Amino acid sequence: MTSTPTPGQAVAGSALDEDVPQTSVRKLTRLERRAIATKGKLSSPWASAIAIIIAILWTIPSLGLLITSFRPQEDIRRTGWWTVFTGDVSFTVDNYNEALYGNSNDLSTFFVNSFVITIPAVLIPITLSLLAAYAFAWIDFPGRSFLFVAVFSLQVVPLQIALVPLLADYVDWNVNGSYWTVWLSHSIFALPLAIFLLHNFMKDIPASLVEAARVDGAGHVKIFFRVLFPLLVPAIASFGIFQFLWVWNDLLVGLTFAAPDYQPLTVKIAELAGTRGGQWHLLTAGAFIAMVVPLIVFIALQRFFVRGMLAGAVKG
Amino acid sequence: MTWLLEPDTTTEKFLLMVVAVALFAGVMALILFLVDRPKRIPSWVVALGFVGVPLLFLAYGLLRPGLITLWQSFFNRNGTEFIGFDNYVTAFTQSEFQQVLLVTAAWVILAPLLSAVIGLGYAVLVDRTRFEKLAKALVFVPMAISMVGASIIWKFVYEFRPDQANINQIGLLNQVLVWLGLPPQQFLIGQPWNTWFLIVVMIWIQTGFAMTVLSAAIKAIPDDIVEAARLDGLHGFGMFRYITVPSIRPALVVVLTTIAMGTLKAFDIVRTMTGGQFGTQVVANEFYTQAFRQGNQGLAAALAVVLFVLVIPIIAYNVRQMRKSEEIR
Repeated sequence: MTSTPTPGQAVAGSALDEDVPQTSVRKLTRLERRAIATKGKLSSPWASAIAIIIAILWTIPSLGLLITSFRPQEDIRRTGWWTVFTGDVSFTVDNYNEALYGNSNDLSTFFVNSFVITIPAVLIPITLSLLAAYAFAWIDFPGRSFLFVAVFSLQVVPLQIALVPLLADYVDWNVNGSYWTVWLSHSIFALPLAIFLLHNFMKDIPASLVEAARVDGAGHVKIFFRVLFPLLVPAIASFGIFQFLWVWNDLLVGLTFAAPDYQPLTVKIAELAGTRGGQWHLLTAGAFIAMVVPLIVFIALQRFFVRGMLAGAVKG
Repeated sequence: MTWLLEPDTTTEKFLLMVVAVALFAGVMALILFLVDRPKRIPSWVVALGFVGVPLLFLAYGLLRPGLITLWQSFFNRNGTEFIGFDNYVTAFTQSEFQQVLLVTAAWVILAPLLSAVIGLGYAVLVDRTRFEKLAKALVFVPMAISMVGASIIWKFVYEFRPDQANINQIGLLNQVLVWLGLPPQQFLIGQPWNTWFLIVVMIWIQTGFAMTVLSAAIKAIPDDIVEAARLDGLHGFGMFRYITVPSIRPALVVVLTTIAMGTLKAFDIVRTMTGGQFGTQVVANEFYTQAFRQGNQGLAAALAVVLFVLVIPIIAYNVRQMRKSEEIR
């Protein structure tokens, strides 16, 4: 009874004779361990204090900005946002009005731009990489593994390396500054990671399923849409959220390729921070206008996001 | 038809968006329709239908520009004269650029390490407590915020007002200093500490990622191992040091290398908060300045290549660690 039982043995043993001492000791210690672990965490004042401090440090800055964005311009200039807790309470939505529709700022236009840029820049690369991932996973063609490794390794190429030559081309074609260049650039830059990730998800689907469909006479297109696509919806959702956050929050691509009229919110807000660094009533409201959509998407679909992240999905 | 390139109104913009998506869907549907003839078409043609467009995109938009940039890095500022390695010599020997490299190094070392340490510590502390879900959500949320947004949030925390009797501080950090009886500081201007205050923003964003991945790794540690260690008398920090950390080593490596790569390429924070002034410039932002402000294409290309070369050791380390953990298995 001293050797460690393999899982199979352990199950067989406990099923045959319930009251073997070793089994009961095992169970006890496990329960005990959980209890001690839970109790230990809650009753250790140091651990709780550190955890609470971290949680506060991670929350307070955003909270301060949110409160400030609803305070009147004069109050923002005069006192800190924490004074709302000690009696200096007056709130307004004027800042948001001015930021969204003011003459010189008009963030609503850029809000529209962010949407117009983001939606195709999410749909196009996902479709392309789904098709490519399918081919890499389930179609046998010469040079398959070489090409897959090549695509995989393109992940490490920093975007910066591609910007100037691409921009030169767009200028030559007379399309520079248009949405088309932004969509194309975002789609290209998303592909290596997307193909790699979706390929991994596709490989998890049992080969017998695909084989069965093939025996029934289905072509690749049919297999892709009828068999694989429905099973991949969670994977697609998780990468979709990634790409959405990435494109919506992107500064580099928007700044480089989009003409001033078509720039996304991030570019405009960054510009405001540079030119009107002291106008906190505009900056705080503007920052929250830029954050609200990704926050909603993120919180609503957090489950898929975590799953995608744990699959090794991170792009920088 | 000017709205196809230059839409003016919101309606035109959304219309253009729909046209673009429809056009793309149409082209892809046509390609798939053409290759969807079971048995009669060789498999490589079918494969081409699936991977053709994506590979074309990648070859055109990443591979080719990468090679062009590499080539350009050996030329002068307008690309008219071949100057060998002069751009690289400039980037590594002039004191101005050495400072940039040094600051970048500080970013790449500090941001991943501290994010991972704080993320791991927090994950262990809140693991299996009553508030685990809420506690994690609080640290997780900054991941959804753009670096520009995070920069504005923190710029407001660091906001400085002159130290005079009738002026109140509006930045939280300076107010804390005042409450403690200390003089307020210009956090974003005083060198070399301003770089540290910028790195804090990156840590604030990335800790949520580190925490989530590491927390999942901790929960995946088999109970048997923990139990055995406990029977051998390991508790508290000993358990953390000898069981938790070695068990989640692969996840730790992924977290560190991923954040390091992200940090290397990120220029948003520096650009938004200081514009690279006051000795806070990093390679990624210097690239942007040289390429689009100074118009020095050769030097910009060289800096982009430097960024690429700096990523390679991180990747190599990652791959080696992955191989190692596979061998153990």
